Amino acid sequence: MGKKVILSGNEAAARGAWEAGVKIATAYPGTPSTEILENAAKYEEIDAQWSPNEKVAFEVALGAAIAGARSMVSMKHVGLNVAADPFFSSSYTGVNAGFVIISCDDPGMHSSQNEQDNRRYAKFAKVPVIEPSDSQEAHDFIKKAFEISEKFDTPVLFRMTTRLSHTKTVVEIGERIEVPLKDYKKTPEKYIILPAHARKRHVVVEERIKALRAYASKCELNRMEINDTSLGIVTSGISYQYAKEVFPNASFLKLGLSWPFPEKLFKEFYEKVDKVIVIEENEPFLEEEIKFLGYADVEGKKYIPLCGELNPEIVRKGVLGKELPHPEEAKSVKRPPALCPGCPHTGIFYNLWRLKLNVTGDIGCYTLGALPPYNAMDTTICMGASIPNAFGFEKARGKDFAKKTVAVIGDSTFLHTGIPGLMDTVYNKGISTVIILDNRITAMTGHQDHPGTGKTAKGEPTVEIDMAEVVKALGVKKVYKVDPHKLRETRNVIREAVASEEPAVIISERPCALLPEERKQHAKRPKRKVDPEKCKGEKCLGCIKLGCPAISMKEGKAYISPLLCVGCDLCIQVCPFGAIS
Amino acid sequence: METRNIIISGVGGQGIITASEILSEVALFNGFDVKKSEVHGMSQRGGSVVSHVRFGEKVYSPLIEKGTCDVILAFEKAEALRWVHYLKPGKGIVIVNDLEIIPNMVSLGLDTYPENIEDTLKRVASKVFVMDGIEIAKEAGDPRTANTALLGALSNYLPFSEESWIEVIKRRVKPNTIEANLKAFKMGRERGRE
Repeated sequence: MGKKVILSGNEAAARGAWEAGVKIATAYPGTPSTEILENAAKYEEIDAQWSPNEKVAFEVALGAAIAGARSMVSMKHVGLNVAADPFFSSSYTGVNAGFVIISCDDPGMHSSQNEQDNRRYAKFAKVPVIEPSDSQEAHDFIKKAFEISEKFDTPVLFRMTTRLSHTKTVVEIGERIEVPLKDYKKTPEKYIILPAHARKRHVVVEERIKALRAYASKCELNRMEINDTSLGIVTSGISYQYAKEVFPNASFLKLGLSWPFPEKLFKEFYEKVDKVIVIEENEPFLEEEIKFLGYADVEGKKYIPLCGELNPEIVRKGVLGKELPHPEEAKSVKRPPALCPGCPHTGIFYNLWRLKLNVTGDIGCYTLGALPPYNAMDTTICMGASIPNAFGFEKARGKDFAKKTVAVIGDSTFLHTGIPGLMDTVYNKGISTVIILDNRITAMTGHQDHPGTGKTAKGEPTVEIDMAEVVKALGVKKVYKVDPHKLRETRNVIREAVASEEPAVIISERPCALLPEERKQHAKRPKRKVDPEKCKGEKCLGCIKLGCPAISMKEGKAYISPLLCVGCDLCIQVCPFGAIS
Repeated sequence: METRNIIISGVGGQGIITASEILSEVALFNGFDVKKSEVHGMSQRGGSVVSHVRFGEKVYSPLIEKGTCDVILAFEKAEALRWVHYLKPGKGIVIVNDLEIIPNMVSLGLDTYPENIEDTLKRVASKVFVMDGIEIAKEAGDPRTANTALLGALSNYLPFSEESWIEVIKRRVKPNTIEANLKAFKMGRERGRE
């Protein structure tokens, strides 16, 4: 018996990969996937790195696998869109040593812009997909994923979901097995996908799918649990846990290797039970496979909603048409996430709100600038879209409109996919103003280093990219640096930049307020206080409009919580009556 | 033993995740299967945060089903109210920190903070225990140990020995705060018995 510990799905996947002898792990941070690489980086034997984006991360890991080392790349579901190009090619090239892509999908969109189900991607790219349903399986199945990858010479998509990634469950762990480098032999007909090679490789891929389909019916990751045969449930991933909770006595076909679909095993299961239903989150992926085989009586989405994350009550209500008795829901207050006290973005969005500019936004904590009190964002599409969106605004509505528009993008996001956008604006003679919100870290996902921080994923010092030099090298002449906590000064720079007839970049420099060095500064500063004599209360609300969580109205006057205040002076700057000190 | 379901809720930054980790570790320490679930990312400071902890012989769903929660431990009053429909009808217990954190939307006049929270809780729960965690934490010598004090109150309703709590707390908190944390835990456990 191995040691039993409590691990999140992400921690367990990293542990399992380490035990499987993984040598190279790459990623770009993205909720809910981030902790996989963070944990992989803790193992001395794993060369773990943050890449500037998922495409690069994918290509590094694929290169390492081709060169003979067991490798993995992890990302959130939409990260695979960025890495889709090498993903599809890697299906044709195959691998040499085992290569696993971990995709963490986000049913319910807890922290994402869409609800894409990447099992569809696996089928589209013609690679097998493995779905664990708890941390133990994440730990165990990833080892199997590397074996399957090598046995069938294929990348494997290891599909996790938020609730699996972030739930901690008990795991029996094992020890690492060292897997020596596989021989590397130049094989141009395999790894150079020239059309002449690719045509042959496509045939190999189709043969591989057939072999995998046959294997899926006997693979240990797929199992039947035959209990009460009046109801048979086909399920995979976290949905298994909800289904098992609601129907502990039913029979199950529980799929771990869910595509290629195990036809033979399904047929056996179908014969054993009276009625078959499919319980799966989001897309009717398994259901379509079953219907395609001609089993029109097997229903899934008839009972289980396609949109949103599942839970036991949705499964119960969907299949049985009833809920457990429960008290009535009480009306509480809305409490959306907010920018932290002392956040460097607060001053920027306060200013953008005051200047009434159009703002094309991007992906990061600063997306919260879209919410009250700022309401200072017009678009948020995907990583890196802010700068091209602003240029599109300019193209459609002209230069005067461009002078009322700014793009905002974080430091990590700028390095991810912001650079080509800015290059495009400069090249095609745009005049957009871009504000790079440089808080010296990938903040929203919980503080990951990137090429601008001067530190690697392993915490080693490295070359630090100079944002201003990058921007200048792209051909931008007007480059400003501001401290976003100096409100008036920053506002004046924004005014000047947007009025200009050429592209301008403002680099807003202030570290994330939650970084350890910043927290030390907070401790040294006095907590701010409101003089109730001077405060004009509800007639003013000036400080409240900063959106700082430390400031609220109490008995008609502004009140600053000493527990939350970090001693920045934004509220002092915005109070017209000098009531805060 | 039937699976026990505990909700820990509060406002981002209050230490909900650490508290639920301690509870889960104690459950594992006592030989139970345990699942602990919350969602992080995009829920930093200021947002509503909830953690579900389930333990028993064998736990399937990581999420607690409405109507099956044994205890809600809330670090803020409105965050207790938010989850009352998860309580077992007529059998649920609510332990709530005597603290109101007013969201910005309320200060802006765009939303209202609920009134008479304790009365609403009492109508639904079989027992409501309001405790000033911060006050106890100060008495224990460190205002940051409020959560440990609240865990102390919770411990009265769970089948774990005091020793197992102490063992896990010692492992999980910073070495220089062990003493204050253990003091806060014991004080919370004592007061929670009232």
